[in-house]
Amino acid sequence: MTDPGGGYLLRARGLAKVYGRRAMVRASDGSDLLGVPGVQDEEQRVVRAVDGVDLDVRAGEVVAVMGPSGCGKSTLLHLLGGLDRPTGGQVWLAGQRIDTLSERALARMRRTSIGFVFQASHLMEELTAAENVELPALLAGISPRAAKRRAAGLLGQVALADRARHLPSALSGGQRQRAAIARALSNAPQIVLADEPTGNLDSAATLEVLRLFAELRSGGQALVLVTHDERVAATADRVIMMRDGIFTGETSLGHTPRGLGSVIGLGG
Amino acid sequence: MQDVVLAMLAKEPSHGYGLHRRLRLALGLFGEALKPGQIYVTLARLEKAGLVCCEQSEGLPERPDRKVYSLTAAGQQRVAAWLTEVSWPKPDLAEFHLKLAAAAAGQLADPLALVEAQRRELLRRLADVQRSAIAESAGSAIAGSLVEGVVLRLQADLRWLEACARVWSGSGKEPGKS
Repeated sequence: MTDPGGGYLLRARGLAKVYGRRAMVRASDGSDLLGVPGVQDEEQRVVRAVDGVDLDVRAGEVVAVMGPSGCGKSTLLHLLGGLDRPTGGQVWLAGQRIDTLSERALARMRRTSIGFVFQASHLMEELTAAENVELPALLAGISPRAAKRRAAGLLGQVALADRARHLPSALSGGQRQRAAIARALSNAPQIVLADEPTGNLDSAATLEVLRLFAELRSGGQALVLVTHDERVAATADRVIMMRDGIFTGETSLGHTPRGLGSVIGLGG
Repeated sequence: MQDVVLAMLAKEPSHGYGLHRRLRLALGLFGEALKPGQIYVTLARLEKAGLVCCEQSEGLPERPDRKVYSLTAAGQQRVAAWLTEVSWPKPDLAEFHLKLAAAAAGQLADPLALVEAQRRELLRRLADVQRSAIAESAGSAIAGSLVEGVVLRLQADLRWLEACARVWSGSGKEPGKS
């Protein structure tokens, strides 16, 4: 039997999210306006945040979605990760259709198969860095001892081993975001979805996060990130441009190493 | 390149190989692009212009013909003038802007397609620099400042192209006339 997900780790077809609904607009004399000039005013009440997009992501692939504020890229990420229900289209993760799952099944899938990273780290302020990273594993039913061991390993991977016992308030912006990434990896997800993951970071901290993402790729995990930052998008395998809820273009950045000389006007 | 080579020689006389090594180090990630030939050609031109002079070094037995270059008085004056200049490399925005205008006016090409092609090229350049920066975990802070400058400039150009795309897609190919 063929894989309904097309063999891709993540597949979306005709994915749509429409907010609002047609409202009955009445003229001041109480009569219906439907069917007469002016009815287009009703259409403006409908917001097509995501308007029927197709997306395929392979295991180990990094895909960036770029676009201006309000273009629908965050909504898209929420639909792909089962944080929001689409009003149209389908989403498959590892061959399983997820847009029709029950809330309970969806929550389980989010816990075990998807890692989320947001612009704000959303760490629990009363828990240490290590406890924050342990939490998703504990919620997934991992034993406390195993969760602790896994968290220690992940904090080492994001170079925060010496900050494991610190509360988030004692961490820098870059450290908080690295802790959030470690938390996202707690259950070894197949895919990480990141929404403006470097939005609050300076250049040096951004580079730290991008190095972590590069390690994810080499570990075979897929990454879909939405960003308005070209520096972040440029590290992806593919960059998809989005505007008004639809994809307007795609650039493949490949991996062919080229000399940097031309960038600064040096060399041949 | 001439001014940079002169300024390097202001510290101390040097042979071409030593200059090449120092410049590569200063350029960090971008240093590999600098070929020794560029230094030797520059030194020859500077010598012809009377800004440097050279003498054979007693040097190493395996490289007996090595030349050591030093600044002449004219060369020293030129370095002093260069250091006080406030010039800044100008980006080719006007030329690209005029290319779009000419393409649209003569219906030679779709300006949006030109913007998109340019955007892809700059994104690829940015990808090259970013990937190198990510791979280079322990570069010097001074060389890193050049990387940051290059990245920020490419980012600014990409944002400008995005603005161009908005203008040309919304104006019926005639920017400035609504």
